[in-house]
Amino acid sequence: MARTVHRKSAESVFFLSALLALSVALLMLAVLVVEVFVDGFSQLDWQFLTHFPSRNPEDAGILSAWVGSVYLITLTVAFAVPLGVAAAIYFEEYARKNWFNTLMEMNIGTLAGVPSIIYGLLGLGLFVRTLNMGRSLLAGALTMALLVLPIIIITAREAIRAIPSSVQDAAFALGATRSQVIRTIILPLSFPGILTGIILALSRAIGETAPLIAIGALTYIAFLPDGLSSPFTALPIQIFNWVSRPQAGFHSNAAAAIIVLLTITLLLNAFAILLRNYFYRRIHAHLS
Amino acid sequence: MKSRAALLLLPLISLAACSPGTQKSTVEIDGSSTVFPITEAMAEEFQKANPDTQVVVGISGTGGGFERFCRGETHINDASRPIKAAEATACTEKGIEYIELPIAYDGLAVMVHPSNDWVDYLTVAELKKMWEPEAQNTVMRWNQIRPEWPDEPLSLYGAGVDSGTYDYFTQAIVGKEGSSRGDFVSSEDDNVLVQGIASDPNALGFFGYAYYDANKEKLKLIPIAPGAEGTAADAILPAPATINDGYYQPLSRPIFIYVSRSAADDAAVASFVSFYIDPTNAEKLVSEVQYVPLPEELYTVIRKRFQERTIGSIFENAGSQVGVTLEELLNREAR
Repeated sequence: MARTVHRKSAESVFFLSALLALSVALLMLAVLVVEVFVDGFSQLDWQFLTHFPSRNPEDAGILSAWVGSVYLITLTVAFAVPLGVAAAIYFEEYARKNWFNTLMEMNIGTLAGVPSIIYGLLGLGLFVRTLNMGRSLLAGALTMALLVLPIIIITAREAIRAIPSSVQDAAFALGATRSQVIRTIILPLSFPGILTGIILALSRAIGETAPLIAIGALTYIAFLPDGLSSPFTALPIQIFNWVSRPQAGFHSNAAAAIIVLLTITLLLNAFAILLRNYFYRRIHAHLS
Repeated sequence: MKSRAALLLLPLISLAACSPGTQKSTVEIDGSSTVFPITEAMAEEFQKANPDTQVVVGISGTGGGFERFCRGETHINDASRPIKAAEATACTEKGIEYIELPIAYDGLAVMVHPSNDWVDYLTVAELKKMWEPEAQNTVMRWNQIRPEWPDEPLSLYGAGVDSGTYDYFTQAIVGKEGSSRGDFVSSEDDNVLVQGIASDPNALGFFGYAYYDANKEKLKLIPIAPGAEGTAADAILPAPATINDGYYQPLSRPIFIYVSRSAADDAAVASFVSFYIDPTNAEKLVSEVQYVPLPEELYTVIRKRFQERTIGSIFENAGSQVGVTLEELLNREAR
C-alpha cells in the first residue's frame, strides 16, 4: 500500500515537473511575443510594408528588407535543396562503408553545429572576394545555402532511411535499376520527410543575421533587388540596425519588423506543413 | 506526379524572376556606425532628387570600412576618425587615393547615473586616472578619484574597442590611441551602454553626444574641464554650440567621409558628394539626425577641397588628433 502511494506521488512529481518545464518555455515565448506586440503593433501598417527605410522613424518602412529576405530564402532553398537531397541519396543508396565515407558523414554532423558567423566568413572569403561576386544577393544566398546544407542532408537521410526496405526490394526484384528505384520509390516516399528538413532549414536561414553581416549585406538600401548580382538587405539586418539607434521610434520599428519576420516564418512553415501533409496522405493512399 | 514536378520548378521560376534588369549607377558606401545616420539621411534625400542613382550604405565600423575602401570595394568610407597610417599604406599599395572631407562635429559625452549627486565635473586628469591601463584592478572605487567622493564601487561603461569613438576617447584622455583598462563594460551597441548606466547608480560611461541627446532623461551629463588643474569654472558641458565652436575640449571631434579619387570621376558619386557637402543640405539634414553641422564658412573650404580633388589627409596620417580645430587644419593646408 505504502509503496503504491509512493509510486503515485513520484508519478505526479514527474508529471508536474514536465508540465513546469513546458510552461517555462511557453511563458518565455509569450513574454517575448507580448512585449514585441506592445512595442511594435502601433507601427505596423500598410505604409510600413511598402516604404523604404528612412531617417524619420515614422516614415521608415521595411520594403527593401522583407523583399530581400524573401528573395534570399527562395534562392537559398533553390541552391541547398537539390544539393542536399542528392548528397543524402549518395550516402543512403550508393556510399560504401569505408573510412572516406565515414569521415564525410562525421564532417557533415560537425558542420551542422558550426557557428553561423564562420559560414559568414567563409562566404566573405570565397564568394564575395575570391569569386568576385561582391555583396550580392547571389553571394548571400550561396552562403546561406552552405549554412543550411548539413540540416537538409541529415533530415533527408533520415527520411530515406525510414522507407521500408521491403518496398525497395520488391522494385529490385521486378528488375528496376537503382536510379529507377530512387526516382519512383525513394524520392516520392521520402518527400514529406525532406520537406520537414526544408522547413527547419528555412526557419534557420530567415532569422540568421551574423553571416549576412559578415559578408557585408547592406544596412541602408532604398531599392529592390533587380538581379542576382544586386546588392540587398534583409529583415534581421534592418532589425539589428534599428535596435542600435538612439531614438525610441526606431525601437518600435524594430519591434514591428520582428512581428513581420515572425509572420513570414509562420507562413512559410504553415505552407510547408500543408504540403507535407498533402504528400503524406497521398503516399499512404497509394501504399494501402 | 504533375504537382511534384511543378513544386521542383518553383525555385527555378523565382530564379528567373530576378534576372538582371536595367543597370542604374550605384554609389557604394560603408564604414562608421557613428556617421551612418548622416549618410543615411543624405542618401535618402539624394535618391528622392535623383531616382536614377542608387545609394547603398553599410556599417562595418571605421576600420572595417577602410579595409574595404582600400581594396577598392566601396566609393566612399564613413569615418569617425581620420585615416590611420596603416590604413593609408594599405590604400597606397592598392593604388587608391582618397579625398578627405570633414562633414560634421560629434562630441563624446561622459555620463553618470541620474541619482549620482557627487560628481559635479571631471578633469581630463581624473578621467585618465579612471581609464588608463594601469587603473585595471587598482582604481576600483569613487573615493580613489577624489577623496571626498563616497567609498562606492566605480563601474565603467564605454564604446566598443573596434569603434572610432573608443579610439578617439583613449587618444584624448589616456594619450595613446587604443590604450585603456580592459575591465569595463564595452559594447558596440550604445543602447546597451545607455541601459547599463541608467540602471547602475555607481556607473560612469562615455559615448557619442547624439545618443545622450536621445536618452536625456535617463542619464546625467558631466561637464569636462580640460587639463589636469581644471576647476569647476573651466568645466564645459557638451551641447551643440560648445561642440561646434571647439569649446568642449578635448572630447569633440570632426567626423568625415573619404571619397575614392578615381570614384570621384564617376558622375553619380561626384553629384552625391556635392549634395552631401552642400551647406543648405548639411545644415538641415545633419541637425535633423542630431549632429552638429560645421560652421558655414568651412563648407566653402571643404567644397573647394572636393572640387580641386585634393587628395591625402589634413591629419598627415596620424590617426585621431586632439585639441586641433578643423579651421586651423584646413587653413594650414590651404596656405
